[in-house]
Amino acid sequence: MNSMAAPAIVPAAPPRSGRFDLELVRRDFPALDQLVNGHPLVYLDSGATAQKPLAVIEALTGFLTRDNANVHRGVHTLSQRATELYDKARERTRRFLGAAEADEVIFTAGTTAAINLVAQSWGRRFLSPGDEILLTELEHHSNIVPWQLIRDFTGAVIKVIPINGAGDLDLASLDRLLSRRTRLVALTHVSNVLGTVNPIRQIADRAHAVGALVLVDGAQSAPHLPIDVRALGADFFIFSGHKLYGPTGVGVLYGRRELLDRMPPWQGGGGMIGRVSFQESTFAPVPNRFEAGTPPIAEAIGLAAAMDYLESIPAADLISHEASLLRYAERRLAEVSGVRVLGRPGERVGVVSFTVDDTHPHDVGTILDHQGIAVRTGHHCAQPLMHRLDVPSTVRASFGLYNRVADVDALVDGLGKVRQVMSA
Amino acid sequence: MSDLTELYQNLILDHNRSPRNYRVMEQPDRSAEGYNPSCGDQLTLWLKFDGDLIADASFQGNGCAISRASASLMTSSIKGRTRSEAVAMLDGFQQMITGQAASDGAALPAKLSAFAGVAEHPSRVKCAGLAWHALKNALKD
Repeated sequence: MNSMAAPAIVPAAPPRSGRFDLELVRRDFPALDQLVNGHPLVYLDSGATAQKPLAVIEALTGFLTRDNANVHRGVHTLSQRATELYDKARERTRRFLGAAEADEVIFTAGTTAAINLVAQSWGRRFLSPGDEILLTELEHHSNIVPWQLIRDFTGAVIKVIPINGAGDLDLASLDRLLSRRTRLVALTHVSNVLGTVNPIRQIADRAHAVGALVLVDGAQSAPHLPIDVRALGADFFIFSGHKLYGPTGVGVLYGRRELLDRMPPWQGGGGMIGRVSFQESTFAPVPNRFEAGTPPIAEAIGLAAAMDYLESIPAADLISHEASLLRYAERRLAEVSGVRVLGRPGERVGVVSFTVDDTHPHDVGTILDHQGIAVRTGHHCAQPLMHRLDVPSTVRASFGLYNRVADVDALVDGLGKVRQVMSA
Repeated sequence: MSDLTELYQNLILDHNRSPRNYRVMEQPDRSAEGYNPSCGDQLTLWLKFDGDLIADASFQGNGCAISRASASLMTSSIKGRTRSEAVAMLDGFQQMITGQAASDGAALPAKLSAFAGVAEHPSRVKCAGLAWHALKNALKD
């Protein structure tokens, strides 16, 4: 490459014409093409982190190779390029979310950091003793523990919306729990254990009717469902880059402008200030107020490339491919003797959890790994849900857009080998 | 599959299916919890002493085949041993499952070498060590 003519803008992936071609898609993900323990990799852990397409790898490499500089404060050319790309990533994310303004998009270190930001900033300012936060039994620890920390600081109270036997939220309980004391309903869009899709709009309407806000943990939904934060009625919507085929180290907090404007800074540092003296400081407007220090610049640019990639595939094709694969997985797993699929939610995306009779999930995971099959085992950072389901842990197979029927077949065959090894 | 059978040896599978000393102990002299927060596996270990000798050892809990068999074989191995012999065994076991050269091979009963394969599976070292970690806490003064 001619080093004198370094292009500042990473080109977006060309729009894919025609139908969704799975084999073509798989070629975009170099990590999928390898042997693991002597077997072709079967990657069924995208719910933990997704593999990255070349478009993302090239966007990261391109930025780090040509354009790397810090944002905002530099007058030099590279800093201007980096700033331009970072701002474009924010605008790209606005478009991905259907948000009204790019300033409603705050880049964080990930979903966990974004939830903690809301808890510590909004929570400290707006929660009083006796105020209620509603969570659900489906939550990941990252949407439980930050609220416990702020509860202990403010005297607020946490209440929990239960699930029914199918793994769907019990909406009748929601109505009983919602009251004038409810300040916030913080819930996951999609369960990382059961794959349950929560009816966010319906819940948001009921929450808003009593004056409560709604925070949606979209870590497991953003990779699988088209997101429109305004149609969902989300006051805050949060997700991670790395589960969306982007890099680790970047996440997104969307907040409605009028809410963010009234929230105090959480972390102080460079980039988030107006004026600073030893007596006092004033703070920058959103989004910079919430981005103290050097933000995840390369990662946000990589995330924008991931969104370009994802949206280059027609949404309807993506959804129907993933839905039919998940239905196939549920059906095949149910046929395996000793396998119990957990939950039967009305709508499920992305993941399916199961247990194997007389065999602990860890042993299942190790024996599958020996066949090149990557699944996740354990409590999935959802111990209260494990308790509710009355299992210490589960095996979880989670899917990305690149998974195929053959991957499910390999899993089912692999489970046969589990039985063989454990009953030797 | 060869190193799978190395990990899941018959002795380990047998102790997983029929764990020895798997019971609550009435009036123990010592007890300790073993808990792995990253996977949620949990066990309780109970010890009864006769002077310096470990007269009885038992456990209960939730865990994978490796952790369960390890607890079963550990409780079987320390019964009738002194505290210092149990500590030496603990050190030897830890060295074996982390792939370090044993400082004193004599401290480890032969049947515990069934866990030597764990050293090849870094993600399972904590499973094999769970009961032993509880033992360490139970023997603390």
